[in-house]
Amino acid sequence: MSFEPKITLFSCHYTSQQSCAEKGKELQQLGFPASITLVRVPCTGKVQVTTLLQAFEDGADGVYVVGCPVDGCHNVKGSVRAAKRVAAVKKALEELDVESGRIEMFHLPRGLHPEFVAAGMAMDKKIRALGPSPFQS
Amino acid sequence: MIVAERKPMAEIIEMVKDCSKVLVLACRGCVTVCSAGGEREAAALASLIRLGMKKQGKAIEIIEGSLVRQCDKEYINAIDEWNGQYDAIVSTACGVGVNFIANLRQETMVYPALNTTFFGGSAEQGIWTEQCAGCGDCVLHLTGGLCPVARCAKSLMNGPCGGSVCGKCEINKDTECIWQSIHDRLGSLGRGSQMEVIAPIRDWSTAGHGGPRKIVRNDLTIS
Ligand code: SF4
Ligand code: SF4
Repeated sequence: MSFEPKITLFSCHYTSQQSCAEKGKELQQLGFPASITLVRVPCTGKVQVTTLLQAFEDGADGVYVVGCPVDGCHNVKGSVRAAKRVAAVKKALEELDVESGRIEMFHLPRGLHPEFVAAGMAMDKKIRALGPSPFQS
Repeated sequence: MIVAERKPMAEIIEMVKDCSKVLVLACRGCVTVCSAGGEREAAALASLIRLGMKKQGKAIEIIEGSLVRQCDKEYINAIDEWNGQYDAIVSTACGVGVNFIANLRQETMVYPALNTTFFGGSAEQGIWTEQCAGCGDCVLHLTGGLCPVARCAKSLMNGPCGGSVCGKCEINKDTECIWQSIHDRLGSLGRGSQMEVIAPIRDWSTAGHGGPRKIVRNDLTIS
């Protein structure tokens, strides 16, 4: 049976700027996977553990966060905080006996960079390999 | 404050596995300050319980509530707001809170979401350390304000023991030898001679070895 993953991406304004270019068409043209729903946040430091868990409750098979480079966050520590929360959710998933790789953190340069698309492709590939979320009732 | 941390999810899921409705009850006291059982942590726990149950193919309805404290009768009464809406309470308070609910609500099943760990303080953001063991007969005036009961692995009253090496405890090289620190601090306060005073054999009955403890303040009781 073919599996079309649902992946939720939380990304800050700075690292996801290209999603606005040409009404998002540019990302599509660059091969950004259609399985990914992008949620833009002012700063990934604002993404709470509950926000990440809610994405799984809402049916995501995978979740990832893209924030600024560790030493170059627009809000100084925002992306570091996000990474800590992603790590906390990874641990909680393990406690529930669920693959911790269903959630990831990426620190990427700001603006239009191929890494943003590459991270999406990597996540899409990984979640396809992991299969559907075990939280689907 | 009382410092605690969340129990492993597998343990919590096992507690609630036969429930269809649960009240996850946060405490806005100590456990909010130590980020273990405040409203934010209770919301994350509610989400994790729903996910854990979903994984087992079960649905569970969760109500989230919180009390100012769970260690006062008056505040426990506020639980009545959710009467009839749950099969069990999962409390994110310390063990005191869980006990208080059990004491005061005969018909209510209550489960602990946390492992209550120690009386301590926040050494830096995200790090808490044990400072006092509530022994009921404080000796801090003799030890430069540093607690040998809670902070010495052997709770020695006449330390340090022979295992103290370069200011570290023999149980772990990352653990401060509190008796070395007591020695150094008394010295720097000009009270070094205190180290030569032999503490008498201690009566530990005040520390809980004499059974559960109770304080009655007749100046405050109203009956
Ligand atoms: S119930 Fe426990 S955690 Fe809550 S305020 Fe009282 S002592 Fe602190
Ligand atoms: S001596 Fe007893 S009361 Fe005093 S700080 Fe240590 S454990 Fe607490």
